[in-house]
Amino acid sequence: MKRWIAFWNIMLKDMRAYYLKPPNISWGLMFPVAWTGMFFIKSGRGMDSILILLPGVIAISVLFGTTSMLAVTVTFEKKNRSFERLLLAPIPLGLLMLAKTSGAILFGVANAFVPIVLALFLTDLSQIAWITVIPAIVLIAIVSTFLGLFIAVSVSEVFEAQTFSNFFRFPMIFLCGLFFPIESLPALLHPLSYLLPLTYGADILHGAVNGKSSMPLGLDFCVIAGFCVVLFAISLRNIHRKWIV
Amino acid sequence: MDDDRALSRARQADSLIIVDQLTKKFNAVTAVNGISFEVHEGELFGFLGPNGAGKTTTINMLTGLARPDSGAIRIAGMECTRNPKAAQHLLGVIPDESNLYPELSGFDNLCFCASLYGMQKKERRMRAGELLKDFGLEEAAHRKFAAYSKGMKRKLTIAAGIIHSPRILFMDEPTTGIDVGSARHIRQLIAELHRAGTTIFLTTHYIEEAERLCERIAFIVRGRVVQVDTIANLLQPIQQREAMVVSVSNAESDLCSRLAAEFPHLEFQAVSLEHIRVESSEAIHIAPLLRFIENQGAEVTEARRTRLSLEEVFVGVTGIELDAMKKEKEKSGGGS
Repeated sequence: MKRWIAFWNIMLKDMRAYYLKPPNISWGLMFPVAWTGMFFIKSGRGMDSILILLPGVIAISVLFGTTSMLAVTVTFEKKNRSFERLLLAPIPLGLLMLAKTSGAILFGVANAFVPIVLALFLTDLSQIAWITVIPAIVLIAIVSTFLGLFIAVSVSEVFEAQTFSNFFRFPMIFLCGLFFPIESLPALLHPLSYLLPLTYGADILHGAVNGKSSMPLGLDFCVIAGFCVVLFAISLRNIHRKWIV
Repeated sequence: MDDDRALSRARQADSLIIVDQLTKKFNAVTAVNGISFEVHEGELFGFLGPNGAGKTTTINMLTGLARPDSGAIRIAGMECTRNPKAAQHLLGVIPDESNLYPELSGFDNLCFCASLYGMQKKERRMRAGELLKDFGLEEAAHRKFAAYSKGMKRKLTIAAGIIHSPRILFMDEPTTGIDVGSARHIRQLIAELHRAGTTIFLTTHYIEEAERLCERIAFIVRGRVVQVDTIANLLQPIQQREAMVVSVSNAESDLCSRLAAEFPHLEFQAVSLEHIRVESSEAIHIAPLLRFIENQGAEVTEARRTRLSLEEVFVGVTGIELDAMKKEKEKSGGGS
């Protein structure tokens, strides 16, 4: 019980201190809107393109929302030593890091619903398999958050966190099949695409929204869950190795 | 002799912290080198040494922020060398720098720290209110921590360290770099916590502070504990000695050596060009001393007896000059 009081309050503190601040809320709203608008105009196919673009926009909103915030907040707390308070608390490191990442996961899930709500006003979403979309969004939020955690633990400065995040994030826009099918990329890049977790998340969303997935959904879910476990385990090991010296 | 052994066994059974041959290296640098000591239940234990002696590294190992390379730590009977989380619920830690959340208010910071130890909402709000009142921070309770002065930050950091009423409190340089008034208030708070029964592990490089507050002291120099004893035992060898400082002007540079030749039973040390320190295990007669100095063409502006303190013991044991410690104080901003 005591551990869950700590878990809940770490999450609440992060939500209040970082995620629910006006600049972050506007970032969560403006960023997906800007991406939607950009790809909508670029496609030139009018309202028909909305459902085609929606999976990519959902995935990118979650990816950018989670990685930007978490990488910065953890690095910032490490830098000003307030993270030591958490390490001194009598809760296991794994639970502590789950608490620390839960705020980012919720923020990522909330971000995903911005393009969905906008699309609701513009087109018919009745054919979307929500029972698949919702767990996919949650899994994409978790894997993106853990990617952010992995980045945060790998650097020591806030600016390094931003730079390192972009190193992963921007190539993922083009390599993960968000807006262009992976098959349309040069064959040389295909292995790289399949090494990135967002590829599998985007594939689930394409399948659930447009019925066009390139891999079995069960495989997509398993691979993305595997990425979550591996990224979290590596991050925990790195925290133990680098921060508890 | 039997009584001594029995007392020693009783003390060991009473030990809340047992550190045995603890070592920590950072690459080629050995920060802590095979230190051993015990801290008893309810004791105010001082860990005294210059900057870089290994005080903070020791605290970090005891609290779980650093992993020892070798040696053993037992806290309240629990093995904490490999499992530092085992005793963390018993510990309160006040780091050498204030590390609360700048974007939260003082009240929210305290409530958050209490929640990390599983305190219920009602309980933590009540305790936070009490502590803010005790520390004179009631008016600033809802101001952001970032807007606090240095002394206020230090007080709130101490309040955060004791919000869960820890059995053992680690305080790392609690009065370094803050104003005299705040430092005094913090020393009063430490004494009150001790009186209330909290076991306190205090690191400091302020010798007077350690002498005033602590019951037992360990001297640590270059990663090694060179002596551990009670204040009374440490002071015992110098208790019979007398000391005085003579202030002079227009003195020749060899005045000290001339004084030493004239008064062979006294020890002279030129503290500066204008100050000579005189020490002896016999009584120091002032009149012949002053007459001799004036006969040498110098003018005595002041002569006062001084109390020999733990500083002299520290210098004797560690070989570290007082000047070096004083420079460190100035560098770190004073406050004592």
